[in-house]
Amino acid sequence: MGESHSLEERFQAYVDAENKIEPKDWMPERYRKTLIRQISQHAHSEVVGMLPESNWITRAPSLRSKLILLAKVQDEAGHGLYLYSAAETLGADRKDMIDDLHTGKAKYSSIFNYPTISWADMGAIGWLVDGAAIANQVMLCRTSYGPYSRAMVRICKEESFHQRQGYEIMMRLAKGTPEQIAMAQDALNRWWWPSIMMFGPRDEDSPNSAQSMKWKIKRKSNDELRQEFIDKTVPQAEFLGLTIPDPDLKWNEETGHYDFGEINWDEFYQVIKGNGPCNKQRLDDRRNAHEAGEWVREAANAYAEKEAQRRKEGNAA
Amino acid sequence: MSDKSNWKIWEVFVRSKNGLSHKHAGSLHAPDAEMALKNARDVYTRRSEGVSIWVVESEAITASSPDEKEPLFAPSDDKVYRHPTFYEIPDEVGHM
Repeated sequence: MGESHSLEERFQAYVDAENKIEPKDWMPERYRKTLIRQISQHAHSEVVGMLPESNWITRAPSLRSKLILLAKVQDEAGHGLYLYSAAETLGADRKDMIDDLHTGKAKYSSIFNYPTISWADMGAIGWLVDGAAIANQVMLCRTSYGPYSRAMVRICKEESFHQRQGYEIMMRLAKGTPEQIAMAQDALNRWWWPSIMMFGPRDEDSPNSAQSMKWKIKRKSNDELRQEFIDKTVPQAEFLGLTIPDPDLKWNEETGHYDFGEINWDEFYQVIKGNGPCNKQRLDDRRNAHEAGEWVREAANAYAEKEAQRRKEGNAA
Repeated sequence: MSDKSNWKIWEVFVRSKNGLSHKHAGSLHAPDAEMALKNARDVYTRRSEGVSIWVVESEAITASSPDEKEPLFAPSDDKVYRHPTFYEIPDEVGHM
């Protein structure tokens, strides 16, 4: 017991000195478990995040926007894969992680349980949802676990295209016909609150945060990140000439930040519990995609076996 | 089938341009080397990050253990005379 205590102390000192932990280094079991949970949830969010957007691939208003949306959705798949790989370096099994997603045991970001009912939602998602994700991910580039940090660096580089393409969609609509402006405003109205909920519960209601901060898995608290995001986003909404749906939102001279209204935490917990507008649809779609892809995996196996057999025969001859 | 559907892990190394070494980019799953290469193309070089890819089965890599860090690498720590800055050369001699 005394030994493990001192190992933990050495681990903490190592992390405190801003060293990165690599897969084969000793780490506390809870550090490993916390990371596997967080990284796999993050991976699931990227994968489920493809669904609300894929809804619009066949309905994109131009070939240009269709190509961009396809590239973006493909990126999300890639991001999911980087993250599953990072979790695997901790001893997690890919198949188990995916099973946990499909059985509902593992969570993913609640934001993807909201529907995408107009093209403007593609703009709002890129601008707000990816914007909020970037705030979190930029912070995670400095996380203490090496493979997670490296995955985040790759993701951040690619994610900034996502936010800019979303903002471009919003700019086009906001400078368009009255109907287009109304579409843009409607999308902002629906996505604003869920987006600022993405940072998670208030610090005082987030019991695991303190330990994650101590281990430097997280580098900033939920409330800090949320405030940063709001401060950055308000001027962007003003530029578009759109109104953020929060009557209490106002600049605070004293703090140098925007004050904002009360978040509907009831809604937040309801969606996490599975009662959001699209929870069931997302999981069904995810499971169907996995099952419908089974024949592709089987074909790939059959092909690999056949090729191996051919090589063997070629060598024998 | 269930076992086979859990494909082997491959480590991916990408050369970003000729003149530079291949560098570890990440890992992925694939049933064989050929498909690992194709997957690596899609997962790690979507933005012209590479001109050449290596894939190696993760299991084929032998790694030094972090516990051996000391005995493996410490011996070079006290050999400062292996570095050019160990030697004092008068300024008059010029750049050396």
